[in-house]
Amino acid sequence: MSVRTLRIDGRDLAVPEGTTLLQAAREAGIAIPTLCHLEGLSPVAACRLCLVEIEGTDKLLPACITPASEGMVVQTATPRLQDIRRTVVELLFTEGNHVCAICVANGHCELQDLAVTTGMDHSRLPYRFPARRVDLSHPFFGLDHNRCILCTRCVRVCDEVEGAHVWDVGWRGEHCRIIAGLDEPWGAVDACTNCGKCVQVCPTGALFHKGDTTAEKHDEPAQLQALVHARHHQQWNP
Amino acid sequence: MAPPRRTITIDPVTRIEGHAKITIQLDAAGAVETARFHVTEYRGFEKFCEGRPFTEMAAITARICGICPVSHLLAAAKTGDKILAVTIPPTAEKLRRLMNLAQITQSHALSFFHLSSPDFLLGWDSDPARRNVFGLIAANPDLARAGIRLRQFGQGVIEALGGRKIHAAWSVPGGVREPLGEETRDRISAGLPEAFAITERALGLFKTLLDTQLGEELEVFGSFPSLFLGLVGPGGLWEHHRGAEAGCGIRIVDSDGQIVADGLREDDYASFLAEAVEPWSYLKFPYVRALGPEAGSYRVGPLARLNLCERIGTEQADRELLELRQRGGRVVTASFLYHLARLIEILACLEQMQQLLDDPTITATHVRARAGVNAHEAVGVSEAPRGTLFHHYRVDENGLIEAVNLIIATGQNNGAMNRTVTQIARHYLSGERLTEGLLNRVEAGIRCFDPCLSCSTHAAGQMPLLVELVGADGQLRDVLRRD
Ligand code: SF4
Ligand code: SF4
Ligand code: FES
Repeated sequence: MSVRTLRIDGRDLAVPEGTTLLQAAREAGIAIPTLCHLEGLSPVAACRLCLVEIEGTDKLLPACITPASEGMVVQTATPRLQDIRRTVVELLFTEGNHVCAICVANGHCELQDLAVTTGMDHSRLPYRFPARRVDLSHPFFGLDHNRCILCTRCVRVCDEVEGAHVWDVGWRGEHCRIIAGLDEPWGAVDACTNCGKCVQVCPTGALFHKGDTTAEKHDEPAQLQALVHARHHQQWNP
Repeated sequence: MAPPRRTITIDPVTRIEGHAKITIQLDAAGAVETARFHVTEYRGFEKFCEGRPFTEMAAITARICGICPVSHLLAAAKTGDKILAVTIPPTAEKLRRLMNLAQITQSHALSFFHLSSPDFLLGWDSDPARRNVFGLIAANPDLARAGIRLRQFGQGVIEALGGRKIHAAWSVPGGVREPLGEETRDRISAGLPEAFAITERALGLFKTLLDTQLGEELEVFGSFPSLFLGLVGPGGLWEHHRGAEAGCGIRIVDSDGQIVADGLREDDYASFLAEAVEPWSYLKFPYVRALGPEAGSYRVGPLARLNLCERIGTEQADRELLELRQRGGRVVTASFLYHLARLIEILACLEQMQQLLDDPTITATHVRARAGVNAHEAVGVSEAPRGTLFHHYRVDENGLIEAVNLIIATGQNNGAMNRTVTQIARHYLSGERLTEGLLNRVEAGIRCFDPCLSCSTHAAGQMPLLVELVGADGQLRDVLRRD
């Protein structure tokens, strides 16, 4: 296995070929904020929170999907990047309807945590207040489009891990939203196995257990890794 | 020069944020015709709730009506129970009762000690800048401190049960989220003796003041016959939480003590209550439908609850209730005695808390029933510190809110507050000039009802008020404003 040497935030690192900048940074204990990325699912680089600066190019690149290459010099936390991250979080907040005080995920929400870590104490952008719906047609779970940030974790986990492929992204532009089946009420989609993996990986309060009230959602998206790991290594075979 | 002509209109554009606005209307002879207390806060949250899961109603209403979040939490949870169509575990019911008792205690303590007692202890004509809790601390540090301690006790219980984030909806459809641990129970119990002592002292002091120097207030601060409405328990016992179940229900009495209606079910509220809408106030004016807006106007809250019940059911509070009735009649019509009623209710709350905490099942751990949507419409009722609170939801088959109606205590006391202000204006207004003394008394008249408006919860002597005096010709004669 060949090795790549690179420098991240002034630290020299050597990583196996194929390692992403995000993995390399995390190995070295350098935190880069992420949202759409979840270890165990294929990367999509949708949220742009993990953008980093690389010497020699003006383009900012998403760390979650950019492989480490020989001699790279990477900056993960310049003032420019910090401002971009804060702006991304502001865009996410203003694009939907996030009323944390009444949200099931209050206190256990990756978006909320990011608002804190990126220092977003208020939004410099106007709120859009879109009219969106809540789907409570499933017997166990609910989907509140007001809180969905279109990270597509649910789409990927359902397709890649559960193999049911209930979710897709429908429509375009500001009308873009997660759809179940062929844009049916979730409860009407027979393919759903009621496994709850989408609820578990959802970073916000968009997907939740029905009947849960404010701040009751305590899912741990990272638990998915144990399942993926066990599958990969066939741990259930004695 | 002729005085400027002005049309008085209250709309969201001209309203004064956070001010209570009062218009005193004179008749042709220059005497007070009516006085109106305009509520200019508009929240419009009934609309905001549409399309949300009913499970969020507790958090939404608690957030929006920030003055008494616990009351909304309980009413919303009770309405939610009915949508689930479940009977909640008995311990959950007891814990909710415990929280309501703590809520009534802390709210009444705030009203009596912090907001109102500076008025009667420091005097109406004392400097408004000092006629507040700070002035009280200077004049009577022990009493001020005791009041703060009593409120802290109530808040401490709420926090012990619901956690720091009261808004986070501890009481949920189906029960409550967390059982009560033994250690917490013991901690609450340990605070009771001090709370009793403070309440008894305040009662003694206030009764002495009533006997010695508050005679005029009794006569002038909203003393008139009216109906009273609220919950009563089985056998007519004082009740603060249960709606139409196990022999409880809504009762209405008149000033002569006649029971006008009894055993009414909250589900039928629309059949016995109607809500009038006035162009000059954002609060709706509920009245007893059969009697019309005038004769059907009623009062709710501590005094109403004590007027409605046969007895409270605990020893000390019942003794005080008897004394209250000796003082004010079987049905007390002097609104100034709302203050005394609050103190008596605190005593009742403490006694009932004691009983609940002594019940070994209070620490049982089965506290929540789970179910799906089994009913599409429900009405929940609870006694908030300020009076009867109704939540009414209609949901679709999945539990998304289609329509919401809330009837809050302050709305129901709206008519009585106007009558009180009118009575005070008639008594104290002379000529066409507004005075600071009148303003203070008008403010105190409103405070008898402890209205849940953010403007009313400012410290005493500091309620932001705007009073306008209008002649029969519609012209503005005088304005007095306090920020
Ligand atoms: S999902 Fe919920 S907790 Fe997270 S940011 Fe949105 S409203 Fe707030
Ligand atoms: S529902 Fe949750 S997991 Fe799915 S796209 Fe929206 S935010 Fe992401
Ligand atoms: S985490 Fe890399 S783009 Fe979302």
